[in-house]
Amino acid sequence: MAIRLISRRLLQAIPLLLGVVVLNFALIQSVPGTFLDVMTAEQQVTDPALIERLRVTYGLDEPPAVQLLKYIGSVAQLDLGYSYRHNLPVLDVILAHLPATLVLMLASIAIAVLVGVAAGIVSAVKVNTWWDSAVSAFAVLCFAAPSFWLGIMLIIMFSVKLGWFPVGGMVTIGLDGGLWRQALDILHHLALPAVALGLFYSAAYARVMRASMLEVSRMDYVRTAYAKGLTRVAVVLRHVLRNAVLPIVTLLGLQLGAVLGGSIVIESVFSWPGIGAVLFDSVMSRNYPVVLGILVLSSVVVIIANIFVDLAYTRLDPRIKAA
Amino acid sequence: MSATSAATVPAGAPAARRPDAFAVRFARNRGAVAGALVLLLVALVAASADWLYPVNPLRIVGAPEIWPFESWRYPLGTDSMGRDIAALIAHGARATLLIGLVAAATATLIGVTVGAAAAWAGGWVDEALMRLTELFQIIPNVVFVLTVVSVLGPRIENITLAVGLVSWPPIARLTRAEFLSFKEREFVQACRAVGMSPWRIAAAEVLPNALPPVIVMSSLVVAGAILYESVVSFLGLGDPNIASWGRLVGEGRSLIRSSWYICAVPGVAIMLTVLSLNLVGDGLNDALNPKLQKR
Repeated sequence: MAIRLISRRLLQAIPLLLGVVVLNFALIQSVPGTFLDVMTAEQQVTDPALIERLRVTYGLDEPPAVQLLKYIGSVAQLDLGYSYRHNLPVLDVILAHLPATLVLMLASIAIAVLVGVAAGIVSAVKVNTWWDSAVSAFAVLCFAAPSFWLGIMLIIMFSVKLGWFPVGGMVTIGLDGGLWRQALDILHHLALPAVALGLFYSAAYARVMRASMLEVSRMDYVRTAYAKGLTRVAVVLRHVLRNAVLPIVTLLGLQLGAVLGGSIVIESVFSWPGIGAVLFDSVMSRNYPVVLGILVLSSVVVIIANIFVDLAYTRLDPRIKAA
Repeated sequence: MSATSAATVPAGAPAARRPDAFAVRFARNRGAVAGALVLLLVALVAASADWLYPVNPLRIVGAPEIWPFESWRYPLGTDSMGRDIAALIAHGARATLLIGLVAAATATLIGVTVGAAAAWAGGWVDEALMRLTELFQIIPNVVFVLTVVSVLGPRIENITLAVGLVSWPPIARLTRAEFLSFKEREFVQACRAVGMSPWRIAAAEVLPNALPPVIVMSSLVVAGAILYESVVSFLGLGDPNIASWGRLVGEGRSLIRSSWYICAVPGVAIMLTVLSLNLVGDGLNDALNPKLQKR
């Protein structure tokens, strides 16, 4: 069943991917001057014959429709172009940095979900008390703080003043030791950026979790559970939580793109060596193949992650088996 | 709506939500009122920036790195180059509000058009437009904004456009849902029965009823747009000729060991503005749907 679901979702993703590629192409076309002008200026190529040859090589002498089809064809073959700045295919440049970004994303999502769900549970169980208000205030504040600014404030507090965490980077340079020590080192570097990003998104989870728990608590089967004589803890843990957590999974899927974007910003604050650094560098040097490649590939990451979210959803909610 | 069209509208159209009851419900929400007051203050500062600080805020006026409250002339201190932070904040308020409002207006325009067209046309148009909405929801927003800004150039119009382009999907979805909920209601059927064109029904009858929740969501889009703008400027890709809160945070980064207030102050300004917008949005939402409040 899972295989069928995955293949169906992959099929549904094809038009989306096509859309991303077409959008990308439209962006390339809207570069003032042509993409070639930028590249030749960057590489200081002035020989008209060479420029003409490059035009033909890149197919820029052909009508846009043909160029679009060729572009779709090459993306379909996982060819995102070549980065002269890195002297590597764009795909390789991005894939080399993607794992660091994924680690940061996963850690942030974990923090966001854990903190948000816990806060939501507290405020729903203690609804309309001091606890509830405190959680609301926390959520509202977290949701308003720009994550890059929160990151800098965390650096000032915990790295500069207290010296508990490194200011940036992903590994301590020159650290040797076993795998275990290196993993701990990465975690040590990961803590602040993941918290800075995770806190922002935890706000949404806290609110959704609270509303969802209150909604579920009013259901008849919860009253039945109480009537059976179950304790409050048992009812909340065994009956309310499982159903209340469904909207959290939905939100998770909706937010993936935003979290990926957010981690790119946070990476620049903490000099985390992910695709954010590459994107920033490429935007600055007008290295368009890499910029557009990141746009395509990050969309692919979100699409794939959404398929996993869908799978988790069907696991959690048996009612939507065939959907 | 003209007087003649009012006469042809069949009875039974839902009465506009009563404004006085709405205002009372909004006023009862302390957070929302506080947010509205802060927003008013920010708008006042933005409007009077030229009068309060007539000199170009990007000009150097004093010694660098004067701490806040150290000198009465520079209540919020000066930055690494000796520019008055209070002046930068005041002028930055203008850029921030302008970009936020125009981007949200752009997003609302696109979102309402797409959502209404999808709901009204139905069929394959609906399918295609919803796929388009999904596409823009899938693309990581920050990546898209940075790409557009890098391709089109770091000008304030381009940033605004890019932020507007990534912010419309939720509005489109909400508008579509609202329009669908009205599509088969009696007053719409009655309009159809008296021979009103579908266009006019959508624009004159359904839109005013569907708009209130959409406007509430737009106020949240303003908050999001301000955050996007601050990210772009923070990364140094903003318009270099305009004072911006995000850029001030970015420029202060190199001095966090000695003068961390340069980063802190503009961040607080962003946070307060976004917080107020969110509070006002929540207040409007609760006032619109009083039933939700009882939870």
